[in-house]
Amino acid sequence: MSIPKTLRTIFVSAIGMALLSGCDTVVMSPSGDIAAQQAKLIVWATILMLIVVVPVIVLTLLFAWRYRASNKEATYTPDWDHSTNLELIIWAAPLAIIIALGALTWVSTHQLDPYRPLDRIEEGRPVPEGVEPLIIEVVAMDWKWLFFYPEQGIAVVNQLAAPLDRPIKFKITATTMMNSFYIPALAGQIYAMGGMETQLHAVINQAGSYDGFSANYSGAGFNGMRFKFLGLSEAKFDEWVSKAKTDGEVLSRKVYTELAEPSEYNPVQYYREVAPDLYDAILNRCVAPGTLCMKDMMKHHGSHGAGAHAAETKRVSPAVNHNTDDEGHHAH
Amino acid sequence: MSDFSTLIFGRLTLDAIPYHEPILLITFAVMASAVIALLVVLTRYKVWGYLWSEWFTSIDHKRIGVMYMILGLVMLLRGFADAIMMRIQQAIAFGDSAGYLPPEHYDQIFTAHGVIMIFFVAMPFVVGLMNYIVPLQIGARDVAFPFLNNLSFWMTSAGAALIMVSLFIGEFAKSGWLAYPPLTGILQSPGVGVDYYIWSLQIAGVGTLLSGINFVVTIVKMRAPGMNMMKMPIFTWTALCTNILIVAAFPVLTAVMTLLSLDRYLGMNFFTNDLGGNAMMYVNLIWIWGHPEVYILILPIFGVFSEIVSTYSGKRLFGYSSMVYATLVITILSYLVWLHHFFTMGSGATVNSFFGITTMIISIPTGAKIFNWLFTMYRGRIQFEVPMLWTIGFMITFVIGGMTGVLLAVPPADFVLHNSLFLIAHFHNVIIGGVVFGTFAAITFWYPKVTGYKLEPFWGKVSFWCWFIGFYLAFMPLYMLGFMGVTRRMSHFDDPSLQIWFQVALGGAVLIGAGIISFLIQLYVSYKRRDSLRDETGDPWNGRTLEWSTSSPPPKYNFAFTPRVYDQDAWWHMKSNGFKHATAGFMAIHMPKNTAAGMVISGLSAAFGFAMIWHMWLIGGLTFVALIAAIIIHTFNYKRDYYIPAEEVEQVESKRTEVLA
Repeated sequence: MSIPKTLRTIFVSAIGMALLSGCDTVVMSPSGDIAAQQAKLIVWATILMLIVVVPVIVLTLLFAWRYRASNKEATYTPDWDHSTNLELIIWAAPLAIIIALGALTWVSTHQLDPYRPLDRIEEGRPVPEGVEPLIIEVVAMDWKWLFFYPEQGIAVVNQLAAPLDRPIKFKITATTMMNSFYIPALAGQIYAMGGMETQLHAVINQAGSYDGFSANYSGAGFNGMRFKFLGLSEAKFDEWVSKAKTDGEVLSRKVYTELAEPSEYNPVQYYREVAPDLYDAILNRCVAPGTLCMKDMMKHHGSHGAGAHAAETKRVSPAVNHNTDDEGHHAH
Repeated sequence: MSDFSTLIFGRLTLDAIPYHEPILLITFAVMASAVIALLVVLTRYKVWGYLWSEWFTSIDHKRIGVMYMILGLVMLLRGFADAIMMRIQQAIAFGDSAGYLPPEHYDQIFTAHGVIMIFFVAMPFVVGLMNYIVPLQIGARDVAFPFLNNLSFWMTSAGAALIMVSLFIGEFAKSGWLAYPPLTGILQSPGVGVDYYIWSLQIAGVGTLLSGINFVVTIVKMRAPGMNMMKMPIFTWTALCTNILIVAAFPVLTAVMTLLSLDRYLGMNFFTNDLGGNAMMYVNLIWIWGHPEVYILILPIFGVFSEIVSTYSGKRLFGYSSMVYATLVITILSYLVWLHHFFTMGSGATVNSFFGITTMIISIPTGAKIFNWLFTMYRGRIQFEVPMLWTIGFMITFVIGGMTGVLLAVPPADFVLHNSLFLIAHFHNVIIGGVVFGTFAAITFWYPKVTGYKLEPFWGKVSFWCWFIGFYLAFMPLYMLGFMGVTRRMSHFDDPSLQIWFQVALGGAVLIGAGIISFLIQLYVSYKRRDSLRDETGDPWNGRTLEWSTSSPPPKYNFAFTPRVYDQDAWWHMKSNGFKHATAGFMAIHMPKNTAAGMVISGLSAAFGFAMIWHMWLIGGLTFVALIAAIIIHTFNYKRDYYIPAEEVEQVESKRTEVLA
């Protein structure tokens, strides 16, 4: 009977294959501290689960082989269907694993909450005193990415750059479709949605050019919603900014409105100057002249109740679960 | 004139027929010739009358169960054709090669694949199995509402028919299988694709909901005397929980589809970006249905494996009550986990942790179930018939899928794996490894009950190994690609180093295709050799539950006398206590009568849906009125039942006595 053997061979080779090549991928060996912690978490969670999974698979094959009908030497107890001790183990073993994994989940989810400002840039390297995060405002459009750098006063389409080892704070929204902002080498993804702002805190530790893209299907041009994320040294980053300042055009509201028309596979485009409060207007869906901004609508509606709070926290939609204030803590 | 044609045809014009698309033309030609060939054969052998009176209008739960299985099988072929087209596209569309499918077409294919596989393959299979088996297992003569059962089947078929029509008239949604707005809003998707999606799910959803109600009532009210809840066969238990889930979850789907329709048809703003609309609402609602849905599919399959393991191990099921409680815990918890489908939508860490941990808790009862199967095998005498092969394949594959699922339940891990091919690999791992393996196991297991002859094992084994190895070849590379940061729903790639993985996956898909073909060959070969494969006893596997106590196939009335139940394994208990087939004292049996009303109502529903999709308001209005009228007219049909005379019962039963002697 060669069935169990074949099964075992397939299983072992599948696991071997996964282990050998799995370590070398962008998700499992990324270049930013947040993604690195997420990768480590995947490894630990997997090890914890293998404690149950491996015995189950081994026992399945073992029992299937041992108690095959042709093996008349094996014990046969047709009416044995209960054992309190065994039942206790059956329920307790997965329970113990889940308690451990649940604790790990609780801690790591809070630790790696995308809204939480970073307190370290790498293991053993806390964020130095006085270093403020670089703010990048991200807009997912049909079908390209627009990045604002308020500090530098520039904007870029389909290219992103950040200096090494400086915390980055992304503020993310979208024009129409729901997209997901994802740079696997840097950190996990978060959705980009119209009229709402999500956030992501991350840091890039190694210089390089990394893939960024939308990880949530958004229609016809979705394939082309890709960009390069450049991790640059401080000097190189300044160079990149000044290149944008010299080569770039002006992103007026009119230019933006043209850009907002659906288009696919857009080339990289720099803007040296940006219309004031443009990101805020996109987020609040009032770029077109004469439209009422959502935040003002909220203010208006909220004046009966929690209006002050809603206005102060830039909470654009009542359904967003987050305070998006700079401290990033949530109401528990 | 054009006003007139708009009044009649709405927005349907000749342009909606994709005669300029060679792929669709070929598909149409192949399908049309297959259908014509089928019609010719049916007409030639004069089986129309038989099909009409014995099948289409039948309200016998066994016939309806078989029709559900055939629907699932036919739609499996369509869903698989979509799958292989995607696999080919992704294996060749690298760098300069755009592949052979433009995004416009590719996006419809992955949407159709998901919708068809879940709603029109997995659901009909599961509902079909419950239909056939549950009444037999509880010693009943039919379900509680036999007509409703027929209507449910035809409503589901009407939904499936609408999806098939979208292939050749207009287009299907290009939205992914859950049709998230704002992409599916009228601004972003003005075409008919999303409307096909909405109406086929609405119509099929009515069928599923009615089935759910029907089975809850059947199981609660129609069990044989002596069968208290804790003596119910485990498959019936899982069926009960599944149907409770259906009754609670499907109205949410109906409601959310209605809201999306209001957005699209009447310009409302439930899920738009503006005027207070919010797409996150849709995502929450659809997953409040969607997560229980995956348990709707898998729970009965857990039941199937429980029956199979204990039958082929020749042993009582280990830990029956622990199995029952595990099923109940899963049923309840399945409502507390929906948010894990969108950790990345921006909830706080506390909310995400809560839903992550509730998800993990589900793995405890599921793990307990796996151990229970394991200890049922322990000290058994395991017969490696084909259903048992599927079961072992399932146990190994499913724990791997469960493990990757729990990994995805850890929010920070989900942030890097969400929407990636890792996720795709995960849910195919549990759906193929669970629902599909389980369905094939169930078909092989109960086939002799349905037809009176066993399935020929050679082709069954070929099918199993093709599926089993094909699954690993097709989906292990996808796990890897997920770790490489490859996202789902892409029709073209730039990085050439990924290509080899997609090529291996294509190889796996081809092997799975061979598995499907082997299964069809198995059906054919078994039919040819039915005389040598025949089982006269009605109990070919030395079964344990009541369905094995009747003849194969069972008589219309299932049981001449309602059995009395003393044990979980009722039939095993009867056999060990020297059960004798009754030979006298037969009485007339009260039975429900066939009706065409189910077909009429469903046909009108499909026509109404089609009219709404194409904005044919006049026809839509007329078909709606006709639909309501048909329902009302049916309520005046008082000729709903008849008696099988005692003599006929005696005749059938004495024939059985002869065979058994």
